[in-house]
Amino acid sequence: MLSRTAENLYWMARYMERAESTARLLTMGQRMAILPGAHHRDEWRSVVRATGCEENFPADAHVRESEVVGYLMLDPENPSSIRSCLARARANGKSARTMLTQDMWEALNEGWRKLDSYDLAEARQQLPSLIDWVKTRAMTFRGAAESGQLRNEGHDFLRTGAALERAQMTLRLLDVKYYVLLPETEVIGGNRDHYQWTSVLHALSGSRAYHHVYGGAYTPWQITDFIMLNRLFPRSVAYCYDQLAYRLNRLAGWHDVRGKPHDTVQQMVAGLESIDSGEIFRRGLHETVQSGIASTDRLALEIAEAYHFG
Amino acid sequence: MLDGQNGVRECYAEVQSWVQRTGIAGLNRRLEEAEAIFRRIGITFAVYGEGGDPERLIPFDLLPRIFTAREWRTLDRGIRQRTRALNAFLHDVYHRGEIIRAGIIPSEIIYNNSAYKPEMVGFSPPGKVYSHIVGIDIVRTAPDRFEVLEDNCRTPSGVSYMLENRDIMTRMFPDLFAQGIVAPVDDYPAELLKSLKEVAPPACKGDPVVVVLTPGSLNSAYYEHSFLADLMGVELVEPMDLFVQDGRVWMKTTGGPTAVDVIYRRIDDEYLDPLAFNPDSLLGIPGIFNVYRNGGVTLCSAPGAGIADDKAVYTYVPDMIRFYLGEEPVLANIQTWQCAKANECAYVLEHLHELVAKEVHGSGGYGMLIGPKSTAQEIEAYAARIRANPSEFIAQPTLDLSTVPTLGPASVVERHADFRPYCLVGKQLRLVPGGLTRVALTEGSLVVNSSQGGGVKDTWVLQD
Repeated sequence: MLSRTAENLYWMARYMERAESTARLLTMGQRMAILPGAHHRDEWRSVVRATGCEENFPADAHVRESEVVGYLMLDPENPSSIRSCLARARANGKSARTMLTQDMWEALNEGWRKLDSYDLAEARQQLPSLIDWVKTRAMTFRGAAESGQLRNEGHDFLRTGAALERAQMTLRLLDVKYYVLLPETEVIGGNRDHYQWTSVLHALSGSRAYHHVYGGAYTPWQITDFIMLNRLFPRSVAYCYDQLAYRLNRLAGWHDVRGKPHDTVQQMVAGLESIDSGEIFRRGLHETVQSGIASTDRLALEIAEAYHFG
Repeated sequence: MLDGQNGVRECYAEVQSWVQRTGIAGLNRRLEEAEAIFRRIGITFAVYGEGGDPERLIPFDLLPRIFTAREWRTLDRGIRQRTRALNAFLHDVYHRGEIIRAGIIPSEIIYNNSAYKPEMVGFSPPGKVYSHIVGIDIVRTAPDRFEVLEDNCRTPSGVSYMLENRDIMTRMFPDLFAQGIVAPVDDYPAELLKSLKEVAPPACKGDPVVVVLTPGSLNSAYYEHSFLADLMGVELVEPMDLFVQDGRVWMKTTGGPTAVDVIYRRIDDEYLDPLAFNPDSLLGIPGIFNVYRNGGVTLCSAPGAGIADDKAVYTYVPDMIRFYLGEEPVLANIQTWQCAKANECAYVLEHLHELVAKEVHGSGGYGMLIGPKSTAQEIEAYAARIRANPSEFIAQPTLDLSTVPTLGPASVVERHADFRPYCLVGKQLRLVPGGLTRVALTEGSLVVNSSQGGGVKDTWVLQD
């Protein structure tokens, strides 16, 4: 398959995934902001930090909801805004049009200019329904690929992009947890901490699943275990790594060549297999997460190189 | 739809009764549905430089344009005949130039023409095919008379509309098709692929690798490029995906370079190869022309094929048919005055108010003057352009074109239309029974180009 097509499929999936993750983060922001004492905690900052956009907000003032919604939902200049992600995903899809099913294309194309017509006031007012709309777009797209796309290497590139983006977003969300949700003066497992951990589960649509796995009680150790290491939860880091390994393995099969990304992803999977949540906290959550982010970044570069992207 | 005596032509009887059953309001509702579907699946075309929605729908009309089986037999014969003559002409002008030696076509019309590519002289493409997809624009001028407006030998577009219009019509009005009287057109992509594989270059061993070459997703016809690649199951490539090495053309794939045999290119000669043609082009694939000349790859259409669809050359097509095929033309040409000829130019300048004048190299309805619809000022300005550069212009009568029934907001109205069938050329000629009907949407207007606000409709060829 054309390298350009592979690259387009990979990025198309990443942008759709990113649009959805950003929508989920906005939900998390709203939820945290209505918890007691939110004003003192600068909750919206954690949201922009998780999207990697913190440098665009003043360091010495509270980040306001309206700024975040404008920047992450609507801003055409922000390459990571939901609006930009949807437009980029569609542009990628258009360039790789022949690899998409009709349903996939329709999922990308339908309403792709919807956000153009919203101003900030409207968008804030209708935030929950807009967030639902974005999630529905992403889910329809994923479903269309799931049910109709040929299982050729194009599908593997698509899934590789989605898994990589999802792993990165989950890791960043955990990192935010470290920064914002674990201030130094706070005792781990304290009351406020409890609310904030649950909001992370909510952002990942994982609170129900969590209960099914761990039965009732919230503890930071279990939640970390769930988000980092649970192989059954499709947004956990371990699950995403497994997916990446599986997809890259299939790609190696198509081409009969293994390269750097295949070694890297094996190390990533093995690294997570060898630890438990206790070990993560002994090493430091932040350090573990940081090294995870570094690995996924490296993996992304190696994939681009191995398959001759742009 | 009318037979000239205010009766409904027999072939439209079924459609007319369907229109009556459905009612205008019902049809307009259906039209909205159809447009929503077009928008959703993304059948759009881009209009450059006008601002607004960069991706526009071509207006679609619900009422089909109908040809009887007998009419189609005539059209089919005429189109194939013209296609053979045009390809024979292309081979001739890049070899011995017999038609010029015979004094039938003046040499300056050919050799001074920018569409003529001296780089092609002496080279024969596989199967001697130069134009692999010939789109011939035809109008009906009397009940039994069809005349050719224009030939398109380079990259005639619009075939995706032929297929999509049919698709949407069958989706929305299954009962109209249930009787099986409309000849199907959906073989087109398979026929196109067959034709392209048949012209594989000498270097090709095994099953030819065919690709569609597009300038990219910002091109106005990108939808069509991707649509055709999709239906043929071949790669849609951009120039940056291709490179030349060791006498072959390769595409960059995830598994490394793959040799390409046949390129259905939808980019102009000028942008094909900066080494052979326009050196300023950033678009092309350096060295591809050399590979082509050495039999490493087939370009469809051949560079320089545009000399056959030039508007000045057009006037000689009936002569080509007689010269190369020894046959009388089945389809007439529309009377055309060449401003390059002094006496014809004088006539044109005198009668500009009643003629349609066009630039020889123009396309898409740009740069033309419709005399009867223009002001004295506009006519004078155009006349000045002709006087300054007569050989760049031709003129034709404003035709008494037939009209086709078209859905208006409140009733069925009559609008002018033309028709573009697509003749495929490989080792044999292939023609699906149908084509693209373009319709002027403004009352009295003769301009059907999509870039000028024209619309499209499904074309039915009835089976006996």
